[in-house]
Amino acid sequence: MIRGDRIFGAVMIVIALGYILSAHGIQTSFMSDPVGPRLFPYMIATVMIVSALVMVLRPDPEAEWPAGPMVLQLGLALVVLIAYAYAITPLGFIIPTAIASGILSWQIGGNPMRSAITGVGLGIGLWVMFRLILGLSLRGFPVGWGF
Amino acid sequence: MEMLSNLAMGFGIAFTPFTLLLAVIGAFVGTIIGALPGLGPSNGVALLIPISFSMGLDAISALVLLTSVYYGAMYGGRISSILLNIPGDEPAMMTTLDGYPMARQGLAGEALVVSGVASFAGSFLATIGLMIFAPYLAGVAYKFGPAEYFALYMLAFCTLGGMGSNNQAKAAMSAAIGLALAMVGLDKSTGMPRFTFGELHLQDGIDFLVAIVGLFAVAEVFFFIETHGKDSAIGVKLGKLTIPWKMLKRTFGAMMRGTGIGFVAGVLPGAGASLGSFLAYMAEKSVARDKDSFGKGNPKGVAAPEAGNNAAAGGALVPMLTLGVPGSGTTAVLLALLLTLNITPGPLLFSERPEIVWSLIASLLIANVVLLLMNVPMVKVFVHILSVPAWVLLPGVTMIAFVGIYSLTGSSFDMLMMVGFGVLGYVMRKLDMPTVPVILGILLGNAMEDNLRRAMVLSNGDWTYLFSTPIAIGLWIAAILGFVAPIFLRRLLKKPPLPETDPSLNED
Repeated sequence: MIRGDRIFGAVMIVIALGYILSAHGIQTSFMSDPVGPRLFPYMIATVMIVSALVMVLRPDPEAEWPAGPMVLQLGLALVVLIAYAYAITPLGFIIPTAIASGILSWQIGGNPMRSAITGVGLGIGLWVMFRLILGLSLRGFPVGWGF
Repeated sequence: MEMLSNLAMGFGIAFTPFTLLLAVIGAFVGTIIGALPGLGPSNGVALLIPISFSMGLDAISALVLLTSVYYGAMYGGRISSILLNIPGDEPAMMTTLDGYPMARQGLAGEALVVSGVASFAGSFLATIGLMIFAPYLAGVAYKFGPAEYFALYMLAFCTLGGMGSNNQAKAAMSAAIGLALAMVGLDKSTGMPRFTFGELHLQDGIDFLVAIVGLFAVAEVFFFIETHGKDSAIGVKLGKLTIPWKMLKRTFGAMMRGTGIGFVAGVLPGAGASLGSFLAYMAEKSVARDKDSFGKGNPKGVAAPEAGNNAAAGGALVPMLTLGVPGSGTTAVLLALLLTLNITPGPLLFSERPEIVWSLIASLLIANVVLLLMNVPMVKVFVHILSVPAWVLLPGVTMIAFVGIYSLTGSSFDMLMMVGFGVLGYVMRKLDMPTVPVILGILLGNAMEDNLRRAMVLSNGDWTYLFSTPIAIGLWIAAILGFVAPIFLRRLLKKPPLPETDPSLNED
């Protein structure tokens, strides 16, 4: 039977082995201490592998994972957040924030009109708070708009 | 006497109009953060660290602001517990047991006042306890060498993982993930890059703020989308507020007992506020003559856990300040704050930078008085704010998280990493894996390795050196007990179920 714990454990074993491999390649200088830069990572990877094996062999009861449409919703939220991380530098704060928070608001509340207003409100409101009141260096508009 | 003169010095630094203003703002924001379901003290402080840092506040102002937020969140958690039967944060869980039944009997106002006063008693006395005990512990900590510190870090991971989780393997896994991430970056003693995969952004290591905000705040967004904000706070009603002197007098004993138990639970590494409030409630129930009325709206059942969780929040500062080892998730975040401000907690902090310690303590006392005033006469304001719907709140919180990290580092790479931590936090919480050990691992990983390597240099590679002093052996034994004992205790300490929710209150 496949359970979340087993998958996570198996993935972590692979990661831990990769970690050991990567640690093996760490260069050490000639005047290193008796332990060196590799041993502690090896110890961590060992703990990881042991606990991953326990998770694989004795998994807890399966958690409730989201079903089909919800996975799409969560995927959309993830895409929005990633796009936001890329957009904020070239496009400034206000426009990406209005779009991203509008979409998130729609995903939680479900009402498009309400969400659009929330998005615009948050975009402008947060900018006013951070830039004008708290004085953070945050560009509001895309480069080249002259603000 | 020395304590009083130190305290006077602390007040001299912290008691200015500007810091008072910061305390008021912090207490206000903190109470809101605590009251809103889904946002707790850890999230709140984590979100605000990068922002206060980018605002260019000096160390003491930032400390005043963020400790007020921390204590405010501890106060605020009770509001939604009582009015909505939804704990505003985890430590406030026990307050729902009697607080919500009181609210249903029309005693919401009384419950809020009693719990507000209990919160004050708990955190005020715990701050005094901190003043008395922290210097002693700092004196002991002077004797700690690298071997003792290594054992102490083991103790922190073992007890935090052992008590805070339901599965030891998962707790160990979380700690290992955190430690593994801490290794990324340049190795301090040889200067060689480790696990950077040629990525320049990783040379400085992974910023713990990115990890904290991602694991705590961004992960929350995914949860809210999945539940469609069902736990949002709508339909709060509160009648006229009077101060029930009789009830306060009747619950005084419960507050004092809760404070004592909570403080001890807070000082122990790994126990934290949730355990403090749990133990305070169970102890109060077992000594009370009117056992049957617990869970049905007994004011003592509100006073004890609230005093307990606030006292534990104060107690948790003792090991954090004196040893640099946080006892709970929130103190881990506060440790992150101190490290961001370039303050290294530990025994030397007390002798070399006493002004920091004592102004922090003074600001805690100030914050408590401000919070008492805010949370008893002005509690209605917060009740109104609680009715902000989740579809406004959550997008707002997300954007604040991004702004904080962006204004701190200005790089898309860090924001992407934060989103990655958000996904990790979501998956881990789904799998019932604790996320706090990850944070602790990232915070303490380098210091832990450093102490191990220094111990080996001192002993010339002899591993028995790690167990060579009585203090170190004691810490190792405590670590093993802290990890193993909860397996057996878990069956004894079953948490009582939450009272039934009134469905008419939570309809959109």
